[in-house]
Amino acid sequence: MRLKIKLKIEDIEFKYASTAVLENICLEVAPSEVVSICGPNGAGKTTLLRCINRILKATKGNILLDGREIGNMKMSEIAKRIGYVPQSTSSVFPLTVFDMVLMGRRPHVGWRSGEADMERVVDVLKMMKIEDLAMRDFSGLSGGQQQKVIIARALAQEPEVLLLDEPTSNLDIKHQLEVMEIIKNLSIEKGISVIAAIHDLNLASRYADKIILMKGGKIFCAGKPASVLTPENILSVYGVEAVVKNELERPYVIPVRPRGSKSAKGINSWAEELTIP
Amino acid sequence: MIAETTTDEIAEQYQRFAGRKVAFIFFSTLLLVFVSGISASIGSAGITIKEAYITILHRFFPAYFHTTWLAETCVWDLRLPRITLGILTGFNLGIAGAVMQGILRNPLASPYTLGISAGASFGATLAIIAGFGFIGEYLIIGNAFIFAMLCSFIIIIFASRRDTTPETLILVGIAILYIFSAATIILQYFGEEEAVAAAVFWTVGGLDRASWDQVYMSAAILAICVPLLMIRAWDLNVMLAGDEVAKSLGVNVRRVRIYTLSIMTLMVASTICFTGTIGFVGLVAPHIARIVIGGDNRFLLPASGIVGAELLVGADVLGRNIIPPVVLPVGAITACMGGPLLLYLVKSRRGI
Repeated sequence: MRLKIKLKIEDIEFKYASTAVLENICLEVAPSEVVSICGPNGAGKTTLLRCINRILKATKGNILLDGREIGNMKMSEIAKRIGYVPQSTSSVFPLTVFDMVLMGRRPHVGWRSGEADMERVVDVLKMMKIEDLAMRDFSGLSGGQQQKVIIARALAQEPEVLLLDEPTSNLDIKHQLEVMEIIKNLSIEKGISVIAAIHDLNLASRYADKIILMKGGKIFCAGKPASVLTPENILSVYGVEAVVKNELERPYVIPVRPRGSKSAKGINSWAEELTIP
Repeated sequence: MIAETTTDEIAEQYQRFAGRKVAFIFFSTLLLVFVSGISASIGSAGITIKEAYITILHRFFPAYFHTTWLAETCVWDLRLPRITLGILTGFNLGIAGAVMQGILRNPLASPYTLGISAGASFGATLAIIAGFGFIGEYLIIGNAFIFAMLCSFIIIIFASRRDTTPETLILVGIAILYIFSAATIILQYFGEEEAVAAAVFWTVGGLDRASWDQVYMSAAILAICVPLLMIRAWDLNVMLAGDEVAKSLGVNVRRVRIYTLSIMTLMVASTICFTGTIGFVGLVAPHIARIVIGGDNRFLLPASGIVGAELLVGADVLGRNIIPPVVLPVGAITACMGGPLLLYLVKSRRGI
């Protein structure tokens, strides 16, 4: 399965007004692999995703897609191969869900949308189980529904690499699982490489093949969930004392309290006796 | 896979919606023809709407339609230039408003609110009061045109900088509006009484000075510019979802903004230099069209243009009939209509 590397990031750096937001980032992603980027707010997760599809230009280093430097590709070519789901989307003006998803076909066709594009849109709507929303106005949907529409748009793009910026942040637990299942299945069935910034460590643990833990613009550690999600790492990166258990064959993180403080009275009474490394 | 709605059903729903958009554009065009007919028949000559249409058709098919000399002079030489310039101006303002609201993702954007009209007014005032300008004979028109272009040029310079957000451009536009309004007021303060009156008269846009030459010139520019905007309609759609998304879908946001702003400015400047400032049409027309047909720019741009033309010709009909024989300038009517109309739209419908 892991025969070749789809996306290779070599030592990229991104500076914003001479402050380095990203430094020494190296990463390899294979087809069908789901990589989760975790880390505290401001660690550079979103910036990294934006660098990968050239919304931002890395100030140093290479990003290779199938061995080709994306800096030498046209924006429209990158758009055909890399899909992007931003943290949030709002529409000031009325736009139907169908039109929103149809946008994903933009890199592939010219002015007119053809029969095949319409079919593709319908397929994706069904895959996300939102076909009944097709003619609804996007801005009238709930946060969870909107998120699904935006993911549908990225899928209509038929990308080889899918970048997701906190795809589950607006969703309730059922929708979180649904979305992650769909993404995971797609990666397996279609060989899509997925890179997702995810706040929820347990969701990342469950679905990711590999977790990248970032801190202060650098990769703190990377690897399989079991090797990354350790109490020591979580303490260093988040400053949170946590207990990690093994549930459903994956590490399961229970955050206990911020470092150095006592748990609030009445909660975590069991944790008071707990010694955390 | 079992689903309640089939693939065909969804596609069919979408096609039906597209059909509704086309129908709206079609019937709006009919309405525009009707309003223009009313406009052509109004006046002291006592021409009926039917006679007005026959007179127009007579020009193209003299063998089939017959008319009187009086009707022909009245309709063809006096009223039609006014009406066609009105249609062109309204169309330009409507489409320009839709484009600006789209690329700036702001429902308040229009050629008027972003200072382009203020630039034209300043240019005309400068020519009238100070007698200073760029093109000899067509001093006022030339000045209005050049200053309208200059205003957009300032906005475009900002748009071409990296990391400029739509919000920045709106603020730049509003700053330009204030700067040129202030400059106009100062000019007027120092001007001769008569010149100031003439300048104010110009500033309140009207169709009284319309001539066939102006119509030809505006129509030619419109015929070139509209297709150039339409080919970018899908890019404009994608930009509705935000700059970041548009970039990730392969749209060069900065380039599309500069391109559409440039073309739109040329269109707007080419008519407001003849008519003077006409507000609210560019702001309200896209909203009206959007309420009926939604935000897809492939349909919205032409629909906004047609609604804009209807509003302007309709306002002109009103202006000529409220207190006859006084002809109120169309700019005054749109200014009066626009505010309440916008309030009504905001109240009756979300999504503005």
